[in-house]
Amino acid sequence: MIAPQAICPEGTRNETFVLNLGPQHPATHGVLRVKLTMDGEYITRAEPVVGYIHRMQEKMAENRTYARFLPNTSRIDYLSAMAYTHAFVAAVERAARIEVPARAEYIRVVTSELNRISSHLVWFGAFLLDLGGFTPLLYAFDDRERILDLLEGISGSRLTYCYYRFGGLCNDIDEDFIKGTHDFVARMRPRLKMYRTLVTDNIILRKRLIGIGPISQEMCRRYGATGPVIRGSGVAYDVRKAEPYSVYPEFNFDVPVFPEGDSMARYLVRMAEMEQSLRIIEQALDKLPGGPVMASNVPRVLKLPAGDYCCAVEAARGRFAVRIISDNKEIPYRVKLRTPSFSNLSLFEEASQGMMLPDALALMGSLDLVIPDIDR
Amino acid sequence: MNLTLQQLADQLSSGFARETAGGVVRVVDYARTGCHLEAAVWPSAVVCAAELLDQRGFALDTITGVDWIAEGEMEVIYDYFHATAGWRIVIRSRLPRGNPEIPTISGVFPGADWHERETHDFFGIRFLGHPDLRPFLLPEDADYHPLRKDFTA
Repeated sequence: MIAPQAICPEGTRNETFVLNLGPQHPATHGVLRVKLTMDGEYITRAEPVVGYIHRMQEKMAENRTYARFLPNTSRIDYLSAMAYTHAFVAAVERAARIEVPARAEYIRVVTSELNRISSHLVWFGAFLLDLGGFTPLLYAFDDRERILDLLEGISGSRLTYCYYRFGGLCNDIDEDFIKGTHDFVARMRPRLKMYRTLVTDNIILRKRLIGIGPISQEMCRRYGATGPVIRGSGVAYDVRKAEPYSVYPEFNFDVPVFPEGDSMARYLVRMAEMEQSLRIIEQALDKLPGGPVMASNVPRVLKLPAGDYCCAVEAARGRFAVRIISDNKEIPYRVKLRTPSFSNLSLFEEASQGMMLPDALALMGSLDLVIPDIDR
Repeated sequence: MNLTLQQLADQLSSGFARETAGGVVRVVDYARTGCHLEAAVWPSAVVCAAELLDQRGFALDTITGVDWIAEGEMEVIYDYFHATAGWRIVIRSRLPRGNPEIPTISGVFPGADWHERETHDFFGIRFLGHPDLRPFLLPEDADYHPLRKDFTA
């Protein structure tokens, strides 16, 4: 047997090496690169390198009308297109003082919440795939498929929806959608219960997540982390409650909060949020008012009064905010898109320090990143 | 928070007054603008503003720029939010377009690091004291600033 000193001469124990994670790697769920400086299995520094799929959405906003920029907003976080288009139309409606009919707002809530569930289901499947469990993905995608079919029926798209319009919606929903959504809610509740017994209570999953990747409230605040990340650190911050928009104040729902701050807490937040979304959907369908789904007298080409207008929504990954600066022309002077994945990833370097690589990947999965949301 | 918006505005105003340059703070109509409080400050006061908000439990939402080419100015906009009070505060600062420089607030909010790098990418605004202003979202050899109004591809 060779003595260890012969392979590792004196002094080499403190050496670090650089390991590139990505930009093409399944665990980064898109084109993200993390430049890892490793001390053996331990991370001494993890520097995310972003911008591989940067599209300069904000520049595109400056050379087209508001209506022509609207489809772009569904391609930022492609998993929560409803919420993103909602923020943009709501910012324009705020600026142009457009009153949206109640029926349209109710349908916006139903579709946004369905979209939140489908987004969380993708996260659930992909996260477990990261952790080495293949089967849950197949179950999750089976459920998600039903949501995609429902939303395709009314909007024509399966992912990058452009269903909301300035002043309402492009189509009303039909009986098929209402019945299909009721059926989905009835189906999803026992499915979530099954996920609890099948996955959440699984000892291997718990050992991989409990205590792993702790993120404190203070760290969330200093980096501007929102969504399930901040709620998994014990802060009940949800834009739907903090800055109520649309008709959310009309519904009873809880904001799931888990104080532990570890990857398990973020997991549990998202699992509990799906149940809350089902509650909101049910209430919205029960109370669904009649009437038009589009405001009358919305001009074909909008010219917003000069000024600065913001609107934020609670997307699946957290706070998405749009700022429109108008100089009273048909095209925006400036549009800023504040995306949740950007801020949520920015704390990764600090949070992953000293972690083992497989644990850091569990932490990254629990942040639920969408890379085009970061790169824009 | 045990404060009203007006009290917070007064506290910020007196905080800025202690700075040499100062700034103007006002409560704005949330329903119209989407924020609760706006402050226009001199570039020298942005770190002071960040510290005052940090002490009061605010989180950094985002940082961005605007190119006001007709006025020959660049604007830097800092957005903050308070997770429990639900307030949104906007701090604005204008810089000469010919020499857009402003101190970094990344010493107060580490999350500012990326936002400032992105703003430097897009507008060429230099954040003095920033640890690393290499291109962030743009290619590593980018020497252009695409959100400047006089940028041509």
